[in-house]
Amino acid sequence: MKAGSNLEKVFESGQFAVTAEIGPPQSANPEPLTHHAKMLKGYADAFNLTDNQTAVVRLSSIASAVIIMREGVEPVIQMTCRDRNRIALQSDLLGAAALGVKNVLCLTGDHQTFGNEKGAKNVFDFDSIVELQVFDQLRTQGKQVGGEVLKDPPKTYLGCAENPFATPYEYRASRLAKKVAAGADFCQTQAIFDMDMFEKWMDEVRARGLDKKIHILAGVIPMKSAGAARYMKNKVPGMIVPDHIVDRMKSAKDAKGEGIKLCVEQIEHLKTVKGVHGVHIMAVAWEDIVPRIVEMAGLLPRPKFES
Amino acid sequence: MIVAKRKPLNEIAEMLAPYKKVTVIGCRSCVAICLAGGEKEVKMLVSALKVKNKRDGRKQHIEGTVVERQCEKEWVQEIEAQILDSDVTLSMACSLGAQTIGDMYPKHLTFPGLNTGMFGVPEEQGVWSEKCVGCGNCIIHTTGGICPIARCAKSMLNGPCGGSANRKCEVNLEVDCAWAAIYDRLKLQNRLDLIESVTPAKDWSTSHSGGRRVFEREDAKLTPHQKKGKGVT
Repeated sequence: MKAGSNLEKVFESGQFAVTAEIGPPQSANPEPLTHHAKMLKGYADAFNLTDNQTAVVRLSSIASAVIIMREGVEPVIQMTCRDRNRIALQSDLLGAAALGVKNVLCLTGDHQTFGNEKGAKNVFDFDSIVELQVFDQLRTQGKQVGGEVLKDPPKTYLGCAENPFATPYEYRASRLAKKVAAGADFCQTQAIFDMDMFEKWMDEVRARGLDKKIHILAGVIPMKSAGAARYMKNKVPGMIVPDHIVDRMKSAKDAKGEGIKLCVEQIEHLKTVKGVHGVHIMAVAWEDIVPRIVEMAGLLPRPKFES
Repeated sequence: MIVAKRKPLNEIAEMLAPYKKVTVIGCRSCVAICLAGGEKEVKMLVSALKVKNKRDGRKQHIEGTVVERQCEKEWVQEIEAQILDSDVTLSMACSLGAQTIGDMYPKHLTFPGLNTGMFGVPEEQGVWSEKCVGCGNCIIHTTGGICPIARCAKSMLNGPCGGSANRKCEVNLEVDCAWAAIYDRLKLQNRLDLIESVTPAKDWSTSHSGGRRVFEREDAKLTPHQKKGKGVT
């Protein structure tokens, strides 16, 4: 065991993992986090706390993690390279570990021009792959990127994200291989709507034997409306939503119900894709729906381990 | 070259408003090539300011001139009398020219007429794009001759990020994704192996992050004896 997190135990036991997200609030009020933690407890193995997602200022991911841990829920903290240089990244990794956070997801981060502080100066001292490499060295050798060796290295389970739907498509499996080489233990993919394209990527991933080296969580997003489908299709760079999905949402009488059904179908299918070790449910601003989806997809009860 | 853009007329007029005598100084180097601060642009700005002053009922004497390279003291020295005879100098060079004049005549006021933008390349008539940020440690032999530090919005060493769609940058859909371009170039050169392995953390100490940079070349410096001969103090 690298960190002994619940998520790591689920993967190591060979069971199909479920993760979801809890978006920290745009306020200093911990209540929404506590509320979601209570509501979602037992429906996923770990929960991502986003790190100022889309460059919008929110309650910090590490603080959010501590708040949900009080409710007995396991966090995965996201850590982007946008706002921290190597001093802050390494320091926050140590701090998070000291607070009991065992899963860290390394991300380059959304550019600040998408958020609510467009005049910000960005950092990008690292990208996500360098971040993984540095964190891996820190946890395995206790060695900082600058060479100094620490006495008590952090025990951290390291995650990454990868997007099979971003260009150049033919380089995307290579990029996952780089993340594996850099030290990633698990990978959350961008939300999958084009199943054929995802499977093509998985073919390449398996051909390189990467599925044996990293636990892949296939990303899904339940949609509330046809508008959401159209928005993701047209406005979100690096997302592919096929027309048949948009049409299906458009012609549905009960769009929310259809969105849930579609998401459950996607999960059922993803369970059969070789090399997929779990799903990551990104119910953006719709956290309440996660228990229903997990139940309908036959993913209950979640595994429990002696601590 | 250094690519700059002229400040808006109103901003310039406002900066100069309190002064009676203004000298506008252009530069025949980079900023002339990028059509921001050469002889022609100085003439245009001087007449625009005159028209504006007339309309606003402001009395101000404005004249324009241009030097070969405003970042070099020797060229600036040639128009010293004209500079010192005015209340304020408006530099139409990049910030290097403006700072050279300022450093040479510290009591004299020198204001910037341009916003200095970037190290850029003229792509076509009227279009310039950024291709270098002067990080001080060039790696483009490993990236197909394309600089990811300058050309990727996130300066990624292991790109492209997940926002690369249709080979365009998520930050500006008009701009090519630098890493998609790197991939294509390396594929063309049959050198994709270069981006199969992880590029480790970059040492930024050679960039501005390492503090203000001063390059010195001992072999190019004048000896005290040579300095004396040339009258340099």
